[in-house]
Amino acid sequence: MTLIDTVVAAGDGWIGEIPAGARLRIVDLHGNQAVDTLLYDAHDYGNRYSAVDTVREQGGVYLTTGSALVSVDGDVLATIVEDTCGRHDTLGGACAKESNVVRYGHHTRHQHACRATFLRQIQRWGRGLDKRDVTHNINFFMNVPLTPDGGLSFEDGVSAPGKHVELRAERDILLLISNCPQINNPCNAYHPTPIRLQAWPT
Amino acid sequence: MSCYSHEVPGGAGWSLRVERGRQLRLAAAGCGVCVSTLLFAAADPLERLNVPDTLKAQMSACVRPPMVLMSDLGRALCSVTGSSLPWHDAISGHSLDRHVARFGPSDYGADGNGWRRSARSLLLDELAVLGLGRRDLHACVNWFTKVVPDERGRLAFASGHASAGDWVTLRAEQDLLVVLATAPHPLDPSPAWAPGPVRISVGDAGPPAPPDDPSRVFRAESARSLELAERS
Repeated sequence: MTLIDTVVAAGDGWIGEIPAGARLRIVDLHGNQAVDTLLYDAHDYGNRYSAVDTVREQGGVYLTTGSALVSVDGDVLATIVEDTCGRHDTLGGACAKESNVVRYGHHTRHQHACRATFLRQIQRWGRGLDKRDVTHNINFFMNVPLTPDGGLSFEDGVSAPGKHVELRAERDILLLISNCPQINNPCNAYHPTPIRLQAWPT
Repeated sequence: MSCYSHEVPGGAGWSLRVERGRQLRLAAAGCGVCVSTLLFAAADPLERLNVPDTLKAQMSACVRPPMVLMSDLGRALCSVTGSSLPWHDAISGHSLDRHVARFGPSDYGADGNGWRRSARSLLLDELAVLGLGRRDLHACVNWFTKVVPDERGRLAFASGHASAGDWVTLRAEQDLLVVLATAPHPLDPSPAWAPGPVRISVGDAGPPAPPDDPSRVFRAESARSLELAERS
């Protein structure tokens, strides 16, 4: 039985519940596509994914197989159980129209951005979610190296067509995805493309 | 507006408002200081510090002068105008109750005002006073601490990074609501509970950032963030 099997177009999003024990696969269909992802405890949205708590608890900045995706209360929401890409970012955050202006200039103010997708999806979902619930996310398939001298950069993706990452939900979770529309840096190879989402029960 | 200073003991929480153009100075008044700090725009606390945007716009894995701390709306909240330290952690979050559990059980009845609370507990107390709560938590800056990634991204806490007398100065670029806790850093391996105090001083920062201000000329991104704040 398949819980979910859908293609999310470039610049589009997805929101929905994944039951405890289910496995979720995100496929980078065409390669080098950033998939901005947030997770919530499905029964307590305030207990949401936290990038800094995840990084601290695993003692490392990159996500890969074995990484526990930790909530703001220190609970494990999901675990990465399979990863053919090898490295994913969680410190680069999501693009927004406002941060695009800061990073790239005023001409980018009206370009589509991940935060707009996140906000559209949570408004559609309702149930009391609002802007304050959109916090620091995971960027699957994105490569943001940090260096011992304190540097940080956005590099060419380490992903390729057909690479995938698979999560196991450790409790009932709400999954929120923005398939990143960013065209101003190499995170999408300057050409955003579709992804596939698949989920199976235990 | 008066200039004042206040010493926050280790293991305590505090919140304060800092008007645009004022300087906020934090000075370590002992060893083992960590000041886990949340920042909000006072006019609308839905606008708050965004650490990922701050770091990626200025290509840095830590907070240091002359970086601009940016809100989720891209607007400068404050500029880091100076510091005796070249690195302040912003990627490892604040301590939870589980991080202070290793110091043993503690409550007011047993330990009085010296009871051992996590930064989370202290921050939630301060947020509640302001009508804010758990959903308003965001990635904080841990002033006076350093957590270094190696080539493979493994993190190491730098013990002894700061000592008494170390300092950092911030210039408010819009009216700020500052919420902070002085509990130990969650990765600090010290076996003893000994969070250090911090002296916080608020005063005038001088005239608004001139064209040659170090934060403005640091990067085009920093300048644009300052400019967005100045539009309001």
